[in-house]
Amino acid sequence: MRIDGKGRIDRTRPVTFRFDGRAYAGYKGDTLASALIANDVRVVGRSFKYHRPRGILTAGSEEPNALVEIVGPANQTPNTRATVQELFEGLAARSQNRWPSLRYDALEINDLAALFLSAGFYYKTFMWPRRFWEGLYEPLIRRAAGLGSLSGRHDEGVYEKAWAHCDLLVIGAGPAGLMAALVAGRAGADVILADESSEPGGRLLSDDGEIDGAHATDWVARVLAELASLPNVRLMTRTTVTGAYDDGTYGALERVGLHRSPRPNLPRECFWRIVAKRTVLAAGALERSVAFEDNDRPGVMLASALPSYLNRYGVVPARRVALFANNDSARSTARSLMAAGVEVVAIIDSREDAPDEPGIALHKGAQVIRARGRMGLREIMVRAGGREFRVEAECLGVSGGWNPSVHLTCHLNGRPRWSDALAAFVPVEGAVPGMLVAGAANGSFSTHGCLAAGAEAARASLAALGVAAGAVELPQAEDAPYQIAPLWAVPGKGRAWLDLANDVTVKDVALAAQEGFRSVEHMKRYTTQGMAPDQGKNSNVAALAVLADATGRGIAETGITTFRPPYAPVSIAAMGAGGRGMGFAPQRILTSDQASRDRGAPMVEAGLWYRPGYFPKPGETTWREACDREVMMVRCSVGVTDVSTLGKIEIQGPDAGRFLDFVYTNTFSTLPVGKVRYGLMLREDGHVLDDGTCARLGDQHWLMTTTTAAAGLVMRHLDFVHQAFCADWQVRFASVTESWAQFAVAGPLARDLVTSALGHAPDLPFMGCAPVVVQGVAARLFRISFSGEEGYELAVPTRYGEALFRDLTARAETMGGGLYGMEALNVLRIEKGFITHAEIHGRTTAFDIGMEKMVSGKKDCIGKVAATRAGLVGPEREQMVGLMPLTGSVLTAGAHLFAQGADLVRENATGYVTSVGYSPTLHSHLALGFLKNGRARHGETVRLVDRLRGVDVLCTVTDPVFHDPKGEKLRA
Amino acid sequence: MRYSGFRVITQGLFGNAGWKPAWRDPAPKAEYDAVIIGGGGHGLATAYYLAKNHGLTNIAVLEKGYLGSGNIGRNTTIVRANYFLPGNSEFYSHSLKLWEGLEADLNYNVMHSQRGLINLFHSDGQRDAFARRGNAMLNQGDDAVLLDREGVRELLPYLDYENTRFPIYGGLLHPRGGTARHDAVAWGYARAADQRGVDLIQNCEVTGIDIVDGRVTGVQTTRGAIRAKKVGMVAAGRSGQVAAMAGLRLPIESHVLQAFVTEGLKPVIDHVISFGMGHFYISQSDKGGLVFGGDLDFYASYAARGNLPMVEHVMEAGMTLMPMIGRARVLRSWGGIMDMTPDGSPIIDKTPIEGLFLDAGWNYGGFKAVPASGYSMAHLMATGESHPVAAKFGLNRFATGHLLDEEGTGSQHNLH
Amino acid sequence: MRLTCPLCGPRDRREFYYYGAAEYLNRPAPDAAPEAWDDHLHNRDNPAGLVQDLWYHEQGCCSWLKVTRNTVTHEIVTVEPVAGGAA
Repeated sequence: MRIDGKGRIDRTRPVTFRFDGRAYAGYKGDTLASALIANDVRVVGRSFKYHRPRGILTAGSEEPNALVEIVGPANQTPNTRATVQELFEGLAARSQNRWPSLRYDALEINDLAALFLSAGFYYKTFMWPRRFWEGLYEPLIRRAAGLGSLSGRHDEGVYEKAWAHCDLLVIGAGPAGLMAALVAGRAGADVILADESSEPGGRLLSDDGEIDGAHATDWVARVLAELASLPNVRLMTRTTVTGAYDDGTYGALERVGLHRSPRPNLPRECFWRIVAKRTVLAAGALERSVAFEDNDRPGVMLASALPSYLNRYGVVPARRVALFANNDSARSTARSLMAAGVEVVAIIDSREDAPDEPGIALHKGAQVIRARGRMGLREIMVRAGGREFRVEAECLGVSGGWNPSVHLTCHLNGRPRWSDALAAFVPVEGAVPGMLVAGAANGSFSTHGCLAAGAEAARASLAALGVAAGAVELPQAEDAPYQIAPLWAVPGKGRAWLDLANDVTVKDVALAAQEGFRSVEHMKRYTTQGMAPDQGKNSNVAALAVLADATGRGIAETGITTFRPPYAPVSIAAMGAGGRGMGFAPQRILTSDQASRDRGAPMVEAGLWYRPGYFPKPGETTWREACDREVMMVRCSVGVTDVSTLGKIEIQGPDAGRFLDFVYTNTFSTLPVGKVRYGLMLREDGHVLDDGTCARLGDQHWLMTTTTAAAGLVMRHLDFVHQAFCADWQVRFASVTESWAQFAVAGPLARDLVTSALGHAPDLPFMGCAPVVVQGVAARLFRISFSGEEGYELAVPTRYGEALFRDLTARAETMGGGLYGMEALNVLRIEKGFITHAEIHGRTTAFDIGMEKMVSGKKDCIGKVAATRAGLVGPEREQMVGLMPLTGSVLTAGAHLFAQGADLVRENATGYVTSVGYSPTLHSHLALGFLKNGRARHGETVRLVDRLRGVDVLCTVTDPVFHDPKGEKLRA
Repeated sequence: MRYSGFRVITQGLFGNAGWKPAWRDPAPKAEYDAVIIGGGGHGLATAYYLAKNHGLTNIAVLEKGYLGSGNIGRNTTIVRANYFLPGNSEFYSHSLKLWEGLEADLNYNVMHSQRGLINLFHSDGQRDAFARRGNAMLNQGDDAVLLDREGVRELLPYLDYENTRFPIYGGLLHPRGGTARHDAVAWGYARAADQRGVDLIQNCEVTGIDIVDGRVTGVQTTRGAIRAKKVGMVAAGRSGQVAAMAGLRLPIESHVLQAFVTEGLKPVIDHVISFGMGHFYISQSDKGGLVFGGDLDFYASYAARGNLPMVEHVMEAGMTLMPMIGRARVLRSWGGIMDMTPDGSPIIDKTPIEGLFLDAGWNYGGFKAVPASGYSMAHLMATGESHPVAAKFGLNRFATGHLLDEEGTGSQHNLH
Repeated sequence: MRLTCPLCGPRDRREFYYYGAAEYLNRPAPDAAPEAWDDHLHNRDNPAGLVQDLWYHEQGCCSWLKVTRNTVTHEIVTVEPVAGGAA
């Protein structure tokens, strides 16, 4: 219910929202949780395993119970913490993990069967009969498990990622964080102050404390005003720092649009990479509960959540509230509630020596032993001094003490230290390089302690940065000592909950210990304790205390499981922002791209590039028709294709030839100027890295081409070889792939076409190169061929590429030729037995592809020694061959080769097919493949079998060069 | 104590007070016939098969932390037999057959779920490479189905088929591929080994390997010296350090591989999906979390944690492949230490020291291998001979060039 | 993770390509024993602690860098160009 005059909500701005289809009213500034409390909604969800009714436990992102689906116009967002979700007009939420409704949930039957559903029960059953696992047991388990649901529709929401850099990152804007930011901000450091909440202030907004004699929120307002006036301070609200990574890098999630009605183009979230020279972690502390029978009833809450709801949102969950604590912090809760007119019916303090609290029914040395009220708390049973009695209350605030938020200090493998005095884990110094921990996160729980620690951490950080800190006066605030008597679980017979979200009880932990799962990690994994959406923030410490008790060890010895990123869950969409669709990888576009598309060519991905598959003509109905025509066009007249995707590396310097000799297997230093040579490059492990041509443009000037796929790899390789092994050689190189557009002109009429384009005959021998001028533009001409026909490649600076492409196309068409695409290019090269990365797939050697003679015996080169290993040569190797079907059947790449009559089993597979195509030249399907000892087997018949696609064809083994084996056409 | 549904009910009726420890907690003896260094999946499986197949029960598994504290509890739980190189094919095929009988064998529900694994491809060339793989699987006697785009769409309607940088051409379906509950595999083997008399000794770190005249004689541990004529090093992730105690230098570098799990969700992904263009693979656990991962962080590391570049890359891959997961929230990320070998395949072999055996180099594929690895390592330790399915996992194959480079990226470090 | 490139300054890890142990710099002579090549290409100390390994500032100055680094803490101790002053 709402309390007049309390809260920081804007009562002039009412907001309507829906929960499970019903309309409710709230105010701007409410969270969904506070608005539900205001409307006396007690049950907000169902638990994971037993489907027990659950209410709101906390007022923060650590909430284990109040997880709901937010239903938007386009999509739904599961597992949203009602305690974090801010209210906006039209917000629609629904409860999850229940069927058919939140009130009547069929699977609540699990709760009755709880005896049989103890920790790890599923490891002991569902084993028989075997096929029932996939067919029956697992589907049932899967359907019962899970929490919220995804719609299955694409998430069309807008998400962003961004970088930020700063001198000092302050995490958390409570008293310690505000003080740290103030000290550092005044000193002129670049400060980012990030806070998870919609409003900075931390516990100061919740608790009725004083600073400098006035309400603490006055101080908060003053500090925020000053920080806002400092240009070097950036305040990031609604921003959760989710992970600490190496070298001062932090991940942070900002809720940009989740708190307002959806608008197009408004990002929902932004994932920040914050790079900070220094960090102050002032993330505060989280209150923890105490386990007792049925402590999961709706209405049982953390004591500290009550003043948060009261002072931030002006709501209380009930008129009659009881409190159960083992420390002093519930006392201020009681005072705040009473001041607001709420009846505090009892404080049950487990400490025999608890301080007195006038005006309240205080039970010292007492324990709550049971909660009652399935759909909402009605009463609690209390045991005090051997006596048991009932206390009627609709809400019970529990405080089992405070856990410093050490999470981020653990992300780089720091292990927090157990403090007996605080009965909590505290961070160890230096756990994250450059990070200091201040305030409650470091175990200083008083307001004064937080303010002082924040200022001191900022000063120390500034000193490390070499920035002088000015004098900042510490404000006056309470400095009460923290007194606690540990109490983790109240002894009793019933089920007492530790992990509310995953339904892990004290009995489960005890059972784990009984069954030998005594390591804290075993216990966690066996019971699923701490593996739920809150990652054990509410329960881990209590659970390991129970385990310590069950195993007769101390808590420090028992240890704690590791906190790992993210601190609070982060949507995949936010961390993956920019990855959708085309954003996933760069697109590389040829200068001829539009011209190809204009002709209806389907563009296919080739690495990051797009290349035309084929150029359909009117009347052609299949790609094969176009491909066959283009192949015959190249064989009979002339074809033009864009080969700019090949990597191009310019190499210059007096030692360039020597360098090429070192990276290629064959010799280049002897190549005359104006000539081109085919080269093979090995990895140092002796396998083929890449192949291509290299042209000598001048005495000290070379141009290397690489395959499209390996362009970057080869560049990196050259840089390595040079810098690592011969840095003193005078050679330099640069990738010029994007600087030149290059077009292949191939066919019997290629020379005519080039003559027409240049205005004079090219006068180049096979494997020659020369500078030329094409229509006034300085260009490079190479006489090389990947088709087996007389071929030229003409390269111009990229900006002239499209014009030259269109010009060459037009000229070719007047000669009866035209464009050809990737499909025809592939057939042409298969006919000639030319390899691509289908053949040099990383496992092939020069020996395998019949090029071992290209490995010069006269010089060293990269990969030469390793290539001589016994396993890389010899008849056991699969060697490249051609394959021609005996009948005209289709062949498929990926098929395996068998001897005739052999059983089709792995042991008999003697090779495989890498490339196939239909050759209109030879009127046959052709294949390239690898066959064991293949070069010695030309003329043999083998069986080509593709069981996946039902292909089974007898083939003749041939030389890989099917067409013009003597290369007469090339040299014509 | 045999596990069954009946036992769960009867124990439940008596307050579950009668459940016994899953394994004993013995103190180490002064001598065993064999000791296994490493109480992870592979070590526990080795112990189990030594006892079951070879009758060797006077043996111990020495674990420096808790049983299953390494990669057996940090992986993405995928079980498959979709390799194509001879050497790998028969090994993983054998492993899958062992998986299929594992629950009955161990009397422990490891939740092996053969829900089908789909490798997507995005070009004709990739299709051909997967066809070669699928045919190899069929030739091995395993299962494979080549799906076209529409075939994939039928199974996985929620993928993005329109707005994609790398359009889906089809996929290779491995119907018997799937997942298993990773921790349960360690516990199941541990319990079954213990029942056959194997001593599982936790919190017992090996600090030295005793060698006399080229023969192993035992180990030094934080819980005292233990004599043994046979010692198996089964400590993937820490193989280098363990082998160094015997003066060996291994062809292994240690790398970090991260993995991720989301909050629980109602069933939405029914298969295991692998997206090679993005180095991304995903499945949904029985609890409802989406379990997924990507590529190595790519730097040698023992930190068992990673950094944001790979985290973000994995999320971006997920978003381009299946934008429907955008609103699922990552709950936890973690890292495992991978024994990376030069060719990406494992090592199960003798060492130059007599009586000292090595099972290592599982790269990022050790989980599915656990049964066959234990089976083969047990065979090797008991008989001194390699089991036929693991015969090609020799330690000297790098020197001789008899490589098993399934990816084709090379047989030098860090190419995988 | 951030590396300080001697030429470009502190940069995020994603600008760099990782190659492996600095052992790759010690290429044996062509006529060295097979064992030397096996060691060079394959066998590694692989320590949990300080290592020297090779990184390439691929999205920067294209320098190959020798980085002294801790594999347990990820602390980066030094970064120097492989090619000395010549890079």
